[in-house]
Amino acid sequence: MLKTLYDKLWDSHVVRTEDDGTGLIYIDRHLVHEVTSPQAFEGLKLAKRRPWRVESIVATADHNTPTTDWDKGIEDPISKLQVDTLDQNIKEYGSKAYFPFLDSRQGIVHVIGPEQGATLPGMTVVCGDSHTSTHGALGCLAHGIGTSEVEHVLATQCLVQKKMKNMLVRVEGQLDAGVSAKDIALALIGKIGTAGGTGYAIEFAGPAIESLSIEGRMTLCNMAIEAGARAGMIAVDQTTIDYLRGRTFAPKGDLWDQAVSYWRSLRSDPGAIFDLMVTLNGSELIPQVTWGTSPEMVVGIDGRVPDPEQEKDIAKREGIEQALQYMGLEPNTSLTDIEVDKVFIGSCTNSRIEDIRIAAKVVSGKRVAPNVQLAMVVPGSGLVKAQAEQEGLDKIFIAAGFEWRQPGCSMCLAMNNDRLEAGERCASTSNRNFEGRQGAGGRTHLVSPAMAASAAVNGTFVDVRQILSE
Amino acid sequence: MEKFALHKGLVVPLDRANVDTDAIIPKQFLKSIKRSGFGVNLFDAWRFLDVGQPGVSLSKRQPNPDFILNESRYQGASILLARKNFGCGSSREHAPWALADYGFKAVIAPSFGEIFFNNSLKNGLLPIVLSELEIDGLFHDVFGFSGFQLTVDLESQKVTTEDNAKSFNFQIDPFRKHCLLNGLDDIGLTLEHVDEIKQFEQRHKLHQPWLFN
Repeated sequence: MLKTLYDKLWDSHVVRTEDDGTGLIYIDRHLVHEVTSPQAFEGLKLAKRRPWRVESIVATADHNTPTTDWDKGIEDPISKLQVDTLDQNIKEYGSKAYFPFLDSRQGIVHVIGPEQGATLPGMTVVCGDSHTSTHGALGCLAHGIGTSEVEHVLATQCLVQKKMKNMLVRVEGQLDAGVSAKDIALALIGKIGTAGGTGYAIEFAGPAIESLSIEGRMTLCNMAIEAGARAGMIAVDQTTIDYLRGRTFAPKGDLWDQAVSYWRSLRSDPGAIFDLMVTLNGSELIPQVTWGTSPEMVVGIDGRVPDPEQEKDIAKREGIEQALQYMGLEPNTSLTDIEVDKVFIGSCTNSRIEDIRIAAKVVSGKRVAPNVQLAMVVPGSGLVKAQAEQEGLDKIFIAAGFEWRQPGCSMCLAMNNDRLEAGERCASTSNRNFEGRQGAGGRTHLVSPAMAASAAVNGTFVDVRQILSE
Repeated sequence: MEKFALHKGLVVPLDRANVDTDAIIPKQFLKSIKRSGFGVNLFDAWRFLDVGQPGVSLSKRQPNPDFILNESRYQGASILLARKNFGCGSSREHAPWALADYGFKAVIAPSFGEIFFNNSLKNGLLPIVLSELEIDGLFHDVFGFSGFQLTVDLESQKVTTEDNAKSFNFQIDPFRKHCLLNGLDDIGLTLEHVDEIKQFEQRHKLHQPWLFN
């Protein structure tokens, strides 16, 4: 039988199947962070259980950690307790690797997993975080789980799952310079909606996907969950293998050769059947900007804020009205007339070295516009930060008036001190523009790093291709 | 997990689509290392006029009189009627913890965020999918009749109005139903298959030895 990539990954991890099709699947890599794990470790302790295989655990503290004044530690006592609790749990139970607060390799869990070679093709990867879909960029089955499931994986190394349906998203053509994986993700969500992928595992394929770097593929798979799909994935190719070679936890020597030969089989068989297929034309794609409070509320940079009067569906009309009211926007406003107060370049979606390089290229020799009160770059990990500094990118940002911060999740979800105040408008490279996501009353517009950098120097949204051609 | 069999309760309608987990329980409350106590901050940004912070007691908050959960007719509600894609967004189990802690036993919607759906089932909070048309009818009823109640019968997979005038069937995986009806803990069930897991692990190690390096 012809199999999709998802079928192959699923089949190679099924321990047993119940009569109703519910599967028990084996988990290879368990990524752990401080927010969704304390109750799981507590449950384990109360039941007097031990982790099944501590070598599967890779942990870091990322959500609560500050991005400034690391010498002062974590000042918020509640945040500190959560981070200390992770320290204690890892100390007590063990792990394959732990990158605590202040470690030079600490960072966002979805940045450091691939960076360390701790997520590999063919694996099942889980984490108590919905953006675990990121890791599917390496040809593995990766998805977010809740805290009860974190405890379940700790105790049994398995997860009780129903198999998802298969969706293929083909992106034809090639992206224009200045158009990125983030724009593919936003355009796709605009097309199929935030529930369009519910119940599916999405495989991304096609010429535009094959041309993406692994980092671009991570950005795209990261946002599969914003399309409703728990898992996004991309077939293994030479780009995947080149990315992994030499990484800390990647196999070495004979094992590497053996692994590579297996990894090359991790692609959908030609002719395999998908339950749903969606096609986008990458060549026609332009930079995307969200205008509302859901990632599906998105238009191209040449577009305008929609007019609810033009919407015939009552529920949709009310949704647009609510969003415009929250966002403080008038119908029919041109995107290029919207001024921003803050700019955030970071998050598990867009905080890797290539994201920082393109943003630096845009701001190089320019200044942050006077109406922008704060523009900040938060690298995804200590290693990304060090690499950027080695390339002198930090100096470009600082010269332009940006703040150059320590790594972490930061203002993507504002669990630390980095947040929007009520009414503030932000160009953000993160993944969710939900009400209050970046701070109570804050207004988020999701964009690519290049578009966020352009907004920072221009003061309003502007087509990055225009800035780059100047 | 607490058993779920039959529940009759007051229904509160939340008439908006795509209610995300950030709205259900905002991020500042995720810093807790406990599973309990999230109910007071359920829908915090909509339910209160002041910005909520962890540890502030309910008596010091300013309720938003325009938010539906604060209306006197819906006090004591235990069934939430919602629109499509309820619980989309993050994997935080704090969302079903908050709903259950507030007193909800069931959420009825045309569709749910997948991780939220799974998380709810593990906390005795029953997510029920009905069609858009059925949900529209229920919204009409709940707005129209004060004290509108529904009975959720998991065994027969039915939602029924108090006067028995309307009854809707819903689907649930037999395995999940069994767990809810008997209040079974997933981990305990899985550990009944320890030998199978160990055998799988040995085979897996042979096929992909680098995963065990």
